[in-house]
Amino acid sequence: MQIFTCPFCGPRSETEFHFVGDFPKPRPDGMAKVSAEMWSDYLHNQNNPKGAASELWMHMACHEIFRMDRHTVTHEVTGSYALSSEAQS
Amino acid sequence: MTAYRVATGGLVDRSKTIRFTFDGKTVEAVEGDTIASALLASGVSIVARSFKYHRPRGVWGAGVEEPNAIVDVSGPVSLTNARATTVLARNGMIVCSVNAAPTAVSDRNAFIDRFARFIPAAFYYKTFMFPTWSLFEPSIRKMAGLGTIVPEGAAVPAADQVNVGCDVLVVGAGPAGLLAALRAAETGCKVILCDDGFAVGGSLLHRSCSIDGMDGRSWADETVARLHALGASVLTRTTAFGIYDHGLVALSQLDAVNGRDRLWRVRPGKVILATGAIERSLPFANNDRPGVMLAEAGLAYLKRYGVAPGRKVVVATNNSVGKATADELSALGISVTLVDSRNGSEIATVNGAKHVESVTLSDGSTITCDAVLVSGGFTPTLHLYCQAKGKLTWDETLQTFVAGAPVPGISVAGAAAACFDIALVVDSVRLALSQCEIDAGNTPASALSLPAFDISPAWPKAGQSGRVWIDLQNDVTAKDIELAARENFVSVEHLKRYTTLGMATDQGKTSNLAGIALMASLTDRSIPEVGTTTYRPPFTPVPFTSLSGARQETMLNPPRRLALEEVHRAMGARLMEYGGWIRPSHYGEGPMEEAAQREALAARESVAIFDGSPLGKIEVVGPQAAELLDFVFYNSMSSLKPGRCRYGLILSESGLVYDDGVVIRVDENRFIVSCSSSHVAGVHTMLESWRQDRFSTDKVFIHNATTAYATVTLSGPKSKAVLEAAGLVIDDATLAHMTTSEVSLGDLAVRVTRVSFTGDRSYEVSVRADQAERLWQLLSESGKPFGIAPIGMEALLILRAEKGYIVIGKDTDGTTLPMDLGMNGPLKSKRVEFSGNRSLLTAEATRPDRPNFIGLEVMDDGGPFAPGAHGIEMTEGRLRSLGYITSSYHSPTLNKPIALALIERGYSRIGDIIEVQHLGARRRARICAPCVFDPEGDRLNG
Ligand SMILES: [Zn+2]
Repeated sequence: MQIFTCPFCGPRSETEFHFVGDFPKPRPDGMAKVSAEMWSDYLHNQNNPKGAASELWMHMACHEIFRMDRHTVTHEVTGSYALSSEAQS
Repeated sequence: MTAYRVATGGLVDRSKTIRFTFDGKTVEAVEGDTIASALLASGVSIVARSFKYHRPRGVWGAGVEEPNAIVDVSGPVSLTNARATTVLARNGMIVCSVNAAPTAVSDRNAFIDRFARFIPAAFYYKTFMFPTWSLFEPSIRKMAGLGTIVPEGAAVPAADQVNVGCDVLVVGAGPAGLLAALRAAETGCKVILCDDGFAVGGSLLHRSCSIDGMDGRSWADETVARLHALGASVLTRTTAFGIYDHGLVALSQLDAVNGRDRLWRVRPGKVILATGAIERSLPFANNDRPGVMLAEAGLAYLKRYGVAPGRKVVVATNNSVGKATADELSALGISVTLVDSRNGSEIATVNGAKHVESVTLSDGSTITCDAVLVSGGFTPTLHLYCQAKGKLTWDETLQTFVAGAPVPGISVAGAAAACFDIALVVDSVRLALSQCEIDAGNTPASALSLPAFDISPAWPKAGQSGRVWIDLQNDVTAKDIELAARENFVSVEHLKRYTTLGMATDQGKTSNLAGIALMASLTDRSIPEVGTTTYRPPFTPVPFTSLSGARQETMLNPPRRLALEEVHRAMGARLMEYGGWIRPSHYGEGPMEEAAQREALAARESVAIFDGSPLGKIEVVGPQAAELLDFVFYNSMSSLKPGRCRYGLILSESGLVYDDGVVIRVDENRFIVSCSSSHVAGVHTMLESWRQDRFSTDKVFIHNATTAYATVTLSGPKSKAVLEAAGLVIDDATLAHMTTSEVSLGDLAVRVTRVSFTGDRSYEVSVRADQAERLWQLLSESGKPFGIAPIGMEALLILRAEKGYIVIGKDTDGTTLPMDLGMNGPLKSKRVEFSGNRSLLTAEATRPDRPNFIGLEVMDDGGPFAPGAHGIEMTEGRLRSLGYITSSYHSPTLNKPIALALIERGYSRIGDIIEVQHLGARRRARICAPCVFDPEGDRLNG
């Protein structure tokens, strides 16, 4: 069982966490201005790297989303980072 | 002749007799016996029938490596597929062999062995192919299967589960483990030492040696006492069965408290593996005969249990430890003949039909004997090292795989590090400690007890005469491996799956290496070139009760309970689960369907009271709250005026309808999202995700207050009158349909919201959850003069269906878009981004033949349609589905069947007649609007 570190709550069991997606993964805004290919890429394609990965996870106990860097082969976690509260909007 | 109990010696108490039955016959044991030692001592030679050929089999080992003596045990404990070598005999136990009918001694399937040459590896899969394997599988599986699952009610109790951290976990309490644990504890480390045996000591329990001037057993006992004094945990009957991500080691402790097992999840700083080594067999014909067993096991039975393996014993070996075992047995008075392949002497075959009677050597000479002890070398137990991604390397001198490069945090010592003599063990412990950065200090002086390890290869060879067993548990012979090689299953993983070598409960602990060696010689490769299969947890079978612990049934998935549950029960409610909540389905006696009809009718006629508490109440608060809801909802929410409510859909980013619900704008910066009761957690997570992704987290907050409030709904023409009788006079101008108000009802502070899921005038009255009962009683009492009736979920589902209101997940599925439900407005008018917006422009979303949500009128008097029945059509001579019925009921209000359906191009077919098919039967239906009751909506204010 893996141990992930929530930047707010500290090290916790992996069962408390929920995978959100790749980091970064900007959402293409703009309705019809967004091509079908771009939207489909956003919806369906994940990086799925073998090796170093940057990902967004949610800690279900406190609901904060954070960035976690980890290795998908060794499962080593190399860092957890709080996201800026100044969001993209 | 067979094994027998000797007069003295061993760790058993001969004064205390234990009686149990084996295959129906009483067996006398003494305290300290395992089932296996008791069977041996009683002269029970055949303890099992082999998996495939039903050959007679005897006890082979003395520990977890046992491949043969697999038994089912019932009373006082229940165990399935237990190893007789690792279960202590207890009074009253009922022990049964697992692969024999009726008993291991007289098995009616024993004839199969005579056809053995017609049943090679994969025979069953190759032969029973017509018409399908599945036709033959049940009877073949029954004949070949192992134990029987414990019947319900007799199940073993759930295990304890313990999470613990420590500095050093030492696995194995033989000399190496004891030494390592003691030294680690002396330096101040928090130490856990575990061993799967009944007692600590490992090989010290049966092999003579001297440590610190003490004999091995005494030294072990004293070391345990010192470990206890230093605060270390010493766990016996505890197997470290798996090492998992981030250094988690799982231990299974059997019979920890009152027959209950305990699962330990240990997070050690360092792990020292002192797991010992497992002895291997030798390849001669009929090497599976009862009376043949591992040499180390034979010595262990004598010295631990006082059971001699036979009166005339042949020890066959290819190595120095095997010879030492023979010497030790001799010294204890057993008549031993040594057959040592290092001196050119080898067994060719074992003679005797059901038990060893003699052996014939390769030179043709014969030795009469009643037991053959074999030692074909030792394989270090490195499962945990391999599970942790350690790589084995081949040691030609020792003829075994040994641990290669160290794995960070894991060290190996003792026989696991291929050190078989106590002096070498001490050195290996010093090395392991230094790898763990623990000062090895002064380790004890020990006398050499064994000569330097010496072994000559004695692997099975191609074309050997007779039947040479490789894997006893899976009945794999040398010939099966030759067949696999001929058919090109030469990869070690293919070899395993083709022949089943190394599968089942023992996972080939005594057999894998011999099979690999034979495959190597058959394919002109070296043993390391063939390699080993992947090591996976568990090392030994772990009961499911240990893995699950208390997380079963309601402890795994706790049902959510209403604040008013007891009130409902007192009113005769029948309770069922709806979306994780235990809610009233209906009230009173009689069939549910009839009660639902009765309740729905009462709701239409006068007034119904209904517990709507599970409905979501997620508060969204802050200056950006309206903006967030505009993004998350398909419908615009920022244009909502304070005090008003609006129905809306939530879409996923793929445009699919995720949930629906009413949004209440309590004031400018405060909203309540009233989502479906089963989707509260999901909607909460979705709101949080978008909040943190797109908004200033200090300008909008989300608080799930669902369980903080109870909601009691009044619905029906008399609902307003009931509220007035309860003391709340509120006219329709102040509280119109789709508005909300926070008011006092007596001394209760409540929020009254006019939304309707029934189509009738309705009031949702929400109150602090702890005041729910007072609210319910007040409204019930006030409603009595009006004939107020409690209604359950089933009646509500009918009422909403009459109105064509959807239930998410019932009337929608994983492909439903908002347009399919007739909601096109927001896509046309909304000017801001919202979840799933771009997906609504795709070719898939805009194709003209999308399913539409419509109603179906029954054209005959055959009653309601079956939910799930398909609308069908002939297209170019082929029958195809137009969609399916999502909801179907008898409407008590209209006194006729009603149905809702998702039908291709449904909106353009209103009025058309289609065929509906269910289980081959076809009926006709007319497509209509989903709402078949009060389509003008007059009753909302009626
Ligand atoms: Zn957290």
